[in-house]
Amino acid sequence: MPAQDLTTPGGLLLVLAVLVPFAGMLAGLALGGRNAQRVALATMPAGLGIAVAIAGALSGAGGELVYLLGNWAPPLGVALRADAASALMLVAVAVVISGIAVYACGDFSTPRSAREARAPLTFWILLLAVWGSLNLVLVGGDLFTLYVALELLTFAAVPLVCLDGRGETLQSALRYLLFALLGSMFYLLGAVLLYGSYGTLDIALLAARLRPEAVPFAAAALMTAGLLAKTALFPLHIWLPPAHAGAPAAASAVLSALVIKGSWFLVVRLWLKAMPSLAGLASMQVLAGLGAAAIVLGSIVALRQERLKLLIAFSTLAQIGYLFLMFPLAFDPASAQLAAGNALAGGIMQAVSHATAKAAMFMAAGSIYAALGHDRLEGLTGIGRAMPVSMLAFALSGLALVGLPPSGAYLAKELLLEAAAQSAQWWWTIVIQAGGMLTASYVLLVLAHAFTLGERSTARVSRAARIGEMAALTLAACSLLLGLLPWDAWLPPARPALSLPLSLEALSKGLWPLVAGALLAIWLGRWGHPAPFGKAIVARLGAARRAGLAVGKLIERIDCRLRQWPAASVSLLVVAMLLGAAVMVAR
Amino acid sequence: MTAPTIFGICAALLVGIGLFGVIISPHPLRKLLAFNLIGSGVFMLLGAVARRGAAAGMGGDPVPQALLITGIVVAFSATALAVALLLRLFNETGSVTLAADARAHPDAGDT
Amino acid sequence: MIAALNIGVAALVLALALFTIVARESFAACVGFLAYGLLLTLVWVQLQGLDVALIEGAVGGGLTGVLVIGAAVRLRSTQAAADAARLGMPARMLAVLLSGGVAAAMAACVLALPDPAPTLAPQVSASMAATGVANPVTAVLLAFRAMDTLLEAIVLVLALIGVWSLAPDRVWGGRPALGYDVDPDGILAYVARILPPIGIVAGIYIFWAGADHPGGKFQGATILAAMWLLAMRAGLTDAPPVDRKWLRLALVAGPAAFFAIGLAGTVTAGAFLAYPDGYAKVLILAIEWALLPSLALTLFLLMAGAPQRMSAP
Repeated sequence: MPAQDLTTPGGLLLVLAVLVPFAGMLAGLALGGRNAQRVALATMPAGLGIAVAIAGALSGAGGELVYLLGNWAPPLGVALRADAASALMLVAVAVVISGIAVYACGDFSTPRSAREARAPLTFWILLLAVWGSLNLVLVGGDLFTLYVALELLTFAAVPLVCLDGRGETLQSALRYLLFALLGSMFYLLGAVLLYGSYGTLDIALLAARLRPEAVPFAAAALMTAGLLAKTALFPLHIWLPPAHAGAPAAASAVLSALVIKGSWFLVVRLWLKAMPSLAGLASMQVLAGLGAAAIVLGSIVALRQERLKLLIAFSTLAQIGYLFLMFPLAFDPASAQLAAGNALAGGIMQAVSHATAKAAMFMAAGSIYAALGHDRLEGLTGIGRAMPVSMLAFALSGLALVGLPPSGAYLAKELLLEAAAQSAQWWWTIVIQAGGMLTASYVLLVLAHAFTLGERSTARVSRAARIGEMAALTLAACSLLLGLLPWDAWLPPARPALSLPLSLEALSKGLWPLVAGALLAIWLGRWGHPAPFGKAIVARLGAARRAGLAVGKLIERIDCRLRQWPAASVSLLVVAMLLGAAVMVAR
Repeated sequence: MTAPTIFGICAALLVGIGLFGVIISPHPLRKLLAFNLIGSGVFMLLGAVARRGAAAGMGGDPVPQALLITGIVVAFSATALAVALLLRLFNETGSVTLAADARAHPDAGDT
Repeated sequence: MIAALNIGVAALVLALALFTIVARESFAACVGFLAYGLLLTLVWVQLQGLDVALIEGAVGGGLTGVLVIGAAVRLRSTQAAADAARLGMPARMLAVLLSGGVAAAMAACVLALPDPAPTLAPQVSASMAATGVANPVTAVLLAFRAMDTLLEAIVLVLALIGVWSLAPDRVWGGRPALGYDVDPDGILAYVARILPPIGIVAGIYIFWAGADHPGGKFQGATILAAMWLLAMRAGLTDAPPVDRKWLRLALVAGPAAFFAIGLAGTVTAGAFLAYPDGYAKVLILAIEWALLPSLALTLFLLMAGAPQRMSAP
């Protein structure tokens, strides 16, 4: 039997990584009441331990953990496979879920008066289900098992959106469910075509048998389009802003930080592991082109938001675009294939840092909402002094997202820039730098509102909420310090850990996007009265600002149009056809 | 024309009809029906693939047939969840439109 | 001759599908969809997939059809708003173009599939003896790709939790579905008294026969769930409140047993979901027996819906 078809020692860890959360989910349902929360909290250390063990087994890169379920080898049986990238994502998922669980103890504890309450019980069960399905997505090695994993992820995520039972969230949840189901159907259609052509659904076997022919091209385009719909990449982002903004804070954190990473990771897995030879430069440019559009649209609309949670949701939209910039940069012209290298390392690092930072952001926003009763940006005056912990968490995570060293995003940006330089695709360099500036703009917008000196804020933080604030701060600190970890043990291109004290060069590389971002925020942001900076500056900018606001309004209108159902579903078909055409053109 | 070819093309047309329904139907229940049509089209294609794989004394390749059983059950549970959401939305708001309300856009911040 | 029959069936299926999309009234569309699902059973018979035909008729046509018809009845008042929001001709033309394009691409792929088709049937046939079951689909479902079946059981429970989460807070723990006001002497109550015993026997038989003939636990569980649903709709019995301990345990028992047998396999046969030599058929039957009641219960509760009323104290 070829080496890939043998269960490797330590492979059982992969099975446990998937089973432990699901076993917890079933136990929580059976025991009911407060026990669901207790089971969930008990599962956290176990799951974290398993993820760390898997990462430990895979350090020193190049290896792979394989597990043959039932001792049946593919193509007849199903295999679980994990490589260094999966291991890192597994640990990231475990850490972020643990942080969210700590935060959610405040919002989702069963009240003393009832034996069992709807929202707490279902939240904890769904949280474990999200964890289990994500782990399955990360280690699954068979396209159909991955389809079931995607459906599990959707069924676990959708009820989280409408957990509070309001009309708007129910509507957002229904929209999410229908669009996500469309995506799964496209994915399944592609998988069916692949089985029809090659007689197997195992990723490793497909990689060996795949030839650049018409049917695999169509399958690749369909599967990618379906996964893009589930990841909410522009222009398929119809469901994301209202769903992520309307959900309860802990649920938003899970949805933004983790759930969308699942389908993104599948796109990476598909192109880098299953079909590297199919990827022409054209199709990869299409993917990254959509990503660039997402960055621009998401950031500019974020700048125009009046509510904090919507701003953060649109920020997620922009950051998703960032995740897709790695694809053309992974293209190796020498072998005309996608290769794991700087680009993959950068992509994984970006995903991990976004997961931690975005979770912290939503958690901080949730604490602010709970304390203030609303999350309007203009009402945040003085909150910097009333809730220093939450604002510090928000600031740290925001700066981490911008790419201030030693954050993970800084390292990711360096890796992507290096890949762009190596492959001489200078236009992506521009996009990457612009992305940093745009991220800085809306982060600074929020911070400016929050730290404006004004009348004393009326926010009150309850004692139970303080633990949540600390959890947010911890995750935010994690995201800011990610660059210090020894990443090169798993992703060789990642440079050895940045050392403190940071060099002046590194600091300046991190600081100039902030300056540029501040200028963008002043230019395009919608400031209420009174503007925090002098009216004199505003008057002087005059015409430039009016032009900028007009552009912003236009982009917001385009976004509104695209987020109507007919336009979105048409876009899905157009994206699928575009990808299909691009894949064929490269031949 | 063999049965798999006929039903394979039928499956392609079903997917097309379903996609048309998904795009143009304003009512979420009709979108759900259209989604189920797409699903049955995909499943029919898998069935055609299974029939083409008849060998070793079996009428069809059993692996795709097993996948079909799983797929049909998963599609049913998706429909059940969607219907429950739909009914709850109706009970809560009295309407089932998916179109987001146009946001009231005070341009006060545009100074 | 056969080709003409197949073309005829395919044409009928397509006509029903088209009707489902273009029908003005949602209720008519849902009835058309139910008919479509039942007609698909014929397609599966023509494609020699008898297990799939059974599940399509039971779940794809039957349960799904009943579900959407029930929804259409409740949502009658939203028809007017939907009619008002119909898209104009340019949008419809664009939709026809794009979906036609995708359909054409897919048809081209169908015609481009390789001949001879790659197949796993020989491998299944060669390895089936170790599993002890004679139905190859059951062998794939419960031996070669048992993980997918385990995950499927979890999908059903998860969907049920999702449906339950949609209950209003004040009736959490109550009974699903509204009570029905049914004439105790009417035809529905009569059928609901006659049919379930026959249905239960049929369901258990189809489940039992699934090891060696077309059938299996999903098909059998659907029939059992349908019988309970019929009795409930006729007012002969009521749905249980969702906070009952026995209900929760019954839901979880099937997947839990599946888990346990799978884990036992790591010790006795060296891999998760592996069966030790000679015990394969016994363990497979054990899993199926454990899953049958859980599946029937889950399917019934999915059809019944979210809790709507508190049970009388």
